[in-house]
Amino acid sequence: MAAPIVPARRKPKGKVTLAHGGGGKAMRDLVEGVFVDAFGMGGAPLEDQARLVPPEALLSGGRLAMTTDGFVVDPLFFPGGDIGKLAVWGTVNDLAVGGAVPHWLSVSMIIEEGLDIEVLERVAHSMREAADLAGVRIVTGDTKVVARGGADKLFVTTAGVGVIPAGRDLGAHLVQPGDVAIVNGYLGRHGAAILAARGEMMLETAIESDCAPLNGLMEAVLSAAPGTRCARDATRGGLASLLNEVAAASGTGFAIEEARLPLEAEIRGFCEVLGFDPLYLANEGRLAVFVPPGEAEAALAAMRDHEHGREAAVIGQVTEGPAGRVVMNTAFGGSRIVDMLVGDQLPRIC
Amino acid sequence: MKYIDEFRDPALAKNLFRRIESLVGPAGGTKEKPLQIMEICGGHTHAIFRYGLDKLVPAELEFVHGPGCPVCVLPMSRVDDCIEIAARDNVIFCTFGDAMRVPGTRKSLMQAKAEGCDIRMVYSPLDALELARRNPDRDVVFFGLGFETTMPATAVTIRKAAADGQTNFSVFCNHILVPPPLRALLSDPQMRLDGFVGPGHVSMIIGTEPYRFIAEEFGKPLVVAGFEPLDLLQAIVMVLQQLAEGRAEIENQYARVVPANGNPHAMAAIEAVYEPRSSFDWRGLGEIDRSGVKIRGEYAAYDAEVKFGVGYGAGKAAGREPEGCRCGDVVKGLIKPPACPKFGGECVPERPLGALMVSSEGACAAYYQYGGTRREEAA
Amino acid sequence: MCLGIPGRIAAIRDAERRIASVDFSGVRRDVDLTCVAEGALDDLVGTWVLVHVGFAMSVIDEAEAQRTLEALAELGEAEEEYAAMRESAAMLEERP
Repeated sequence: MAAPIVPARRKPKGKVTLAHGGGGKAMRDLVEGVFVDAFGMGGAPLEDQARLVPPEALLSGGRLAMTTDGFVVDPLFFPGGDIGKLAVWGTVNDLAVGGAVPHWLSVSMIIEEGLDIEVLERVAHSMREAADLAGVRIVTGDTKVVARGGADKLFVTTAGVGVIPAGRDLGAHLVQPGDVAIVNGYLGRHGAAILAARGEMMLETAIESDCAPLNGLMEAVLSAAPGTRCARDATRGGLASLLNEVAAASGTGFAIEEARLPLEAEIRGFCEVLGFDPLYLANEGRLAVFVPPGEAEAALAAMRDHEHGREAAVIGQVTEGPAGRVVMNTAFGGSRIVDMLVGDQLPRIC
Repeated sequence: MKYIDEFRDPALAKNLFRRIESLVGPAGGTKEKPLQIMEICGGHTHAIFRYGLDKLVPAELEFVHGPGCPVCVLPMSRVDDCIEIAARDNVIFCTFGDAMRVPGTRKSLMQAKAEGCDIRMVYSPLDALELARRNPDRDVVFFGLGFETTMPATAVTIRKAAADGQTNFSVFCNHILVPPPLRALLSDPQMRLDGFVGPGHVSMIIGTEPYRFIAEEFGKPLVVAGFEPLDLLQAIVMVLQQLAEGRAEIENQYARVVPANGNPHAMAAIEAVYEPRSSFDWRGLGEIDRSGVKIRGEYAAYDAEVKFGVGYGAGKAAGREPEGCRCGDVVKGLIKPPACPKFGGECVPERPLGALMVSSEGACAAYYQYGGTRREEAA
Repeated sequence: MCLGIPGRIAAIRDAERRIASVDFSGVRRDVDLTCVAEGALDDLVGTWVLVHVGFAMSVIDEAEAQRTLEALAELGEAEEEYAAMRESAAMLEERP
């Protein structure tokens, strides 16, 4: 029998057009030429769904964990990262802070007509690199093209599946008064890098986004401090929102020690110029873990041994309450409430 | 950070707190009738709450949060004017971020932006001028607001626009002055302030002389202060010292930034571009004589009021405050924010009813955001 | 009101338009010098200025800053002396 005739794939070039979303040859070329190649899905026949073999940890009593997140960022490429890295690591981190070992990711892209295909290629390769660094595989995906103005260049949604090993349980409801909170490094880099990269405030800075995969760090912390109660990643809304969420969910209060916050000079300068509070700046590679006091030292040491936790610091302690109340003890011995923000921080002059 | 970190040293603060404690009695403060010191400037209000200073000073001393927040005292009708201009065809409306959430009678600039107006946040008026340069076929309007500190910046920008012949640029001028509302407050028979912490950055422009009437006519001490916690605490010590010694003088704690005669270049720019309005409306305080400025006729081409016909008081009813809102009494120091019936209930930062809940510099928002136990007191 | 922060003039960007690049702890931004200088600007490089909305509004007086800090330190010493005096006075009173 003669082998089926497979037309040679044409590497797509130029700009994405509506034809690339039309379900025909152009779309196939885009999907195969850009994504299949980059994600390393070639070889096996492509189906509409990924078919996955359950990992050992799942078979021996583990639980599945699943999460999804949408990513929109302007600009798509910024110092320290790009939308692809955010989309992979953001989902990896959402799994990891729940104690899950991330395994597989799906990717859905909404592409605005007119986007350079070269941009898509860069994003796809960046995602592959990010996935490799985090030790996960991108196993399925989808693309849609919308007319100009229907989206802003590129929106990426990822979903992730991981496995929580048997016997592991993390959650805000487990947090207790006296627990210690540790963050894994300098705060606010992502938010500052994005704002500077947008150029509207005309600031020049060498600040780079902190975006990073945190699953390795989480495993290190969990093996050093197996009694860890809860972990959360500090993304939009910054550390302040994270602490407020945990305090609300656990029915406890929280006291931050201002003097112990990991803040570097450049972020402080950036915040002074725009009148920002670094506690509310976005991060993409920062988490807080809540551990019993007896394990705080071990957890801190484990973080500092890890490449994404060199500047880790204990920032404060869980208190009896009032429930949901986050208080900052200032370096002067005063205190103030650290509330959630109403909306984004806006640069202020007064 | 140089000139910042040295003035945030907690060890030195301890001494200042001790000094304040030993001075507050001789200065006349009692637990029953605490001394009332007004920090005029919203930046000071912000610093007091940010560092928790209000809870660290003795009970014989009480901060009264003054009217020095330009966003808080902006009348609603002026926000309406902004939105009217922003809604015009072809306009790019530029503002400082502070003004985005200030409610007008119907909506804020933030809401107008969501509805499709081209509204941009800028850091500097020069950024708005740059936008005009880059968009020659659009009309770029800059929302000029702020006190004497900000006035030279918009004045220099207008002069640069004029020198460049950048005719698609204009300024919607809402600049206001610090001394007139102080006179108005001090003339109010209900007032019982004991002294003032003066605004450091306004003073670096106008100097210390314009406050002289406070000491000479009203017999109250005023100390111009910087914005770091040690600056503020030292200024309070200086006010208390004056009270203890029975003096009422204008003193300057912030000499590293504030020369006694201010900034003559900046004053010349203000003088060249602006002239006083006969009166201006302050949210919560009402009309105050000669408390605002407008752009001189010479620069009319750069005056958005002229260009878009939205002149001040052009047949408009003065912005009415929402029923029950007691921002005015808070600004006068007659009540604390939690004493307002709307505080924390109908009036919260997400949905500000009154002006003082709008900006993080506003006394009510600062109380709400940072106020510690104060919020429970309100509940 | 009126956020103003100290920055160091790092370079003159456009002498004609009176624009300099000012450094704030490693973050830089163009700042207008019209209000703090007449004539040549080159001498200003390295100077600390107080910046508000993209304009230098005051040249920071290093000597005055030192004087303020010294006054603060002296206050501390004086306070310690007072405290010591109060303590010894209290001890004297306690004596029978």
